[in-house]
Parts: sequence; structure tokens; C-alpha cells
Amino acid sequence: MEIRTTFRKRLHDIQQELMAMGGMVEKAISLSIEALKERDLKLAHQIIADDRKINEKRFEIEETCIQLIATQQPMAGDLRTLISVMSVITELERIGDHAEGIAKIVIMIGDEPPLKPLIDIPRMADKTIDMLHRCLESFMNCDEKMARSIAAEDDEVDDLYDQVYRELVSYMVEDPKTITRATRLLWVAHNLERCADRVTNICERVVFTVTGKMYETNVSKY
Amino acid sequence: MNMNHALLNNRAAHNNETKLKTEQVSLFYGTFQALRNISLDIREKAITAIIGPSGCGKSSFLRLFNRMNDLIIGARVDGRVVIDDTNIYDRDIDVVELRKRVGMVFQKPNPFPMSVLENVAFGPRRHGKKNRHELEGIVERSLRQAALWDEVKDKLGQSALALSGGQQQRLCIARVLAVEPEVILMDEPCSALDPIATLRIEDLMRSLSSDYTIVIVTHNMQQAARVSDMAAFLMMEKDRAGILVEYGPTSQIFTNPQDKRTEDYITGRFG
Repeated sequence: MEIRTTFRKRLHDIQQELMAMGGMVEKAISLSIEALKERDLKLAHQIIADDRKINEKRFEIEETCIQLIATQQPMAGDLRTLISVMSVITELERIGDHAEGIAKIVIMIGDEPPLKPLIDIPRMADKTIDMLHRCLESFMNCDEKMARSIAAEDDEVDDLYDQVYRELVSYMVEDPKTITRATRLLWVAHNLERCADRVTNICERVVFTVTGKMYETNVSKY
Repeated sequence: MNMNHALLNNRAAHNNETKLKTEQVSLFYGTFQALRNISLDIREKAITAIIGPSGCGKSSFLRLFNRMNDLIIGARVDGRVVIDDTNIYDRDIDVVELRKRVGMVFQKPNPFPMSVLENVAFGPRRHGKKNRHELEGIVERSLRQAALWDEVKDKLGQSALALSGGQQQRLCIARVLAVEPEVILMDEPCSALDPIATLRIEDLMRSLSSDYTIVIVTHNMQQAARVSDMAAFLMMEKDRAGILVEYGPTSQIFTNPQDKRTEDYITGRFG
């Protein structure tokens, strides 16, 4: 006979809420790149407004974790799960902030003519969203192996960032009039690169939840 | 920010109706005042925990609701104790009928020295139910509600004293449920049980709380935190009379109590 069914249900509910928050954050990154590509200022403002909902969701989940820790005395894997949820929601909230940051850059760019067709930046975003999605799945499924392999994929995002960086610097060197526009795109790429780094932090939490061991993924070059 | 979101409130959706109420209640044992001016509204179909240091009057407070204190010579109650809209200390109250509405589970499991079936059928029989078929139905329903049926269905004729401690306590809960009470009082219901049996009783309490109003007294603060929706903290004044210090949602009492004395007790600084 299973015991502590009410507590287990609440723990499960928290994980579902975490997945919902993850979905909000994935959407924010995706829309921020769409707003950049389409020069959609209305969408950019919407992303900024929606970031508040992400922040609220983080506080809701955090509050619930605190209550469960205070009232339910979770132990072992249950305790690690709750502690990890509190870390993961902080990372998600910050990833949301990066998406909001991109939306703000879109507003700064306004209707300036595009510097170049966007190719690698959307690739960085797609890769980051994919990593984030699978990483949260690995958390739900307690799949430590998958988490470790996702963390290793951060190098691909770093390589794309290097590529974007070199390309934009060459624009600036060739024509200093492009410096402002190139710098803004560089900020966008940097935001995405940081998002992927935060995904690796979440991967570390998955490993901790499953094994109880603190594990550090390869430290970013940046 | 509004924290009253679904996640925080997913311990059963409660209504906010008051089932039990004390109004300026003081309890005396002879010249000794055990409780002083306690006013408390207890929610229907929720679990309310009474916590506090030894001797603060928790059990005395619980026993107000089924007039168990009447059995102590020299006990006197001032103020009103109300169930629904009735003051249960009115002269015309039928105490036997009251105790049918307000069942009680005690610290030590106390099955009668008779069969499992007879233990559960005992109350309904005393209240006039004679039909065997009907009694068997009541026994099965009560044992199922008490999450004991699967473990005892093949030994209903055996002595209840042969059951384990945890099973005996669930049997006592089934015995209370058999007379269809509205309120269940629990006085340290797990203090004689091992940790697993304790968690089973707690699970049972949670499932019962959707149909019954439960008030539990416990020394075990962690248990109060785990199982209750609302918590009341009682403590003694200098003359040893129990007073109500703080009452609120369990989530608040255990994370952000409003009174420093509650904080000190919860965090183990006194008590």
C-alpha cells in the first residue's frame, strides 16, 4: 500500500508546474527571435509583459516548495527534488529574463535596416530551446544520463556564438557605421549563449536529484 | 502578490463554513483554571491541529467538543461551545446523541475484546440497528473508509486484539465511522504507533477530511504540519491556564507565524 499519497501528489503537482513554467520560457525565447526576425515591436512588448507572468510563476512554485519543506519533512530523493526545483525555477526565470532582454533589443533596433540575414542566431535559439525542453524532460524522468549528454551539447551553442561573433566583428571592421547594429545583434547572441549555459546548470540539478552528487558540467569558455 | 493559487490550496478544496466554535470558553477543574477565554472557529471538512507544550490544555480543549470533561468531577465550562448553531452545553442537550455526532479516537488503540466485526458493529447496534444485513454493510463500509477492509476482510470473526497496533487504531477509527459522525476528535492518535503506521493514519485522515471535520491534538509538531489545514497554538500563562496564542492556516503557522511566541515554539526555542 502506497503511503503519503497526498504529499506525493503535491510533489508531482510541483513538477507539473515546473514543466508549465518551462513551456512559458521556451515560448518566450522562440517569440523573441520571431520578433527580431519580423521586426515585430508589438510582439516584443508582449514578451516583456509576459515575463512578469514567468516571474510570478517562479514565486508561486518557490512558495509551495517552502511550504512542503516546512510542513512535510521531505527526505532523501524527495528533499533533493524540492531543493532542485527551487534551483531550476531560478534558472528558468533568468532564461526568461534573457528572452525579455532580446525583446528589449528588438525595440531598440526599431525599424533600422537589417544588417544581414539572420541565420546563426535563429539556429542558436532553436538549439537552446531544444536543449531546454529535453533537459526538463530528463528532470521529470530522472534521466541523469540524458541530462549529462544535453549539458555536453552546450559546445554547439558556443560554437555558433563564436561564429556569430566573428562575423559581426568583421562587419564592424569593414564598416564602422555598422557598429551599433552589429553590437545589438551581438547582445542577442550573447543572451542566447547565456540561456544555454543556464540549461547546463539545470542539467547539473538533474544529476544531483538522481544521484545526490553535486556535478559541474564543463565550465563555459566565456 | 496573491499566493492563494491552486498549488498552495490543493490540500482538498475546503469550504470555509464553520462547523465547531468556541466563544470565550474557560474551563475549570475545581479552582484550577485549565483554559482561559478561548475563541476559535473550526472549519467544516478540514483538519485542525491543536499544538502546544505539555500541560497547555490541548486535550482539555479537544474534550470540550464531546463533553468528555463532564466526566471529571469539579469540571466547569464558561462560555459557549457551538456545533453548527447549537450550544452543546445547553441543558437540554442529549450527551449520548452528541457523542454519536462527535466521535473520538484516543492515544492508545482501545479495541474491545471481541471480534473485528463486533467492534465495528458495536456502536450502530447500541444506536438501535439490529438487522444483520444492514450491520454487515455498515461494517464493510466503515472498514473500507478506514483503509482496513483489505487487511481484515478474511478475519472479521477473529479477535481485534490480534491485530497490529496500527491496524487496531484504524479499527478504532472504523468504529467511530460506523455511527456516522460529523466530527472526529483525535487525541494523539499516533503516539503509540511506529512511523509507517503513523503515516498510514495520516493518509487516512487526509482522505476522511473530505467528508468529516477532524480536530487532532498532537505533541508531534511535524505531524501537525504534515496533516492539518489549520493549526492552533496554545500555551500556558503563569497560572498554568491555557490560552490561544495563534490560529491560522498550517502553511502560515509553520512558515511565517505572526506571533513571536509561536515562532519560538515552532523553532524549538522553548516548550
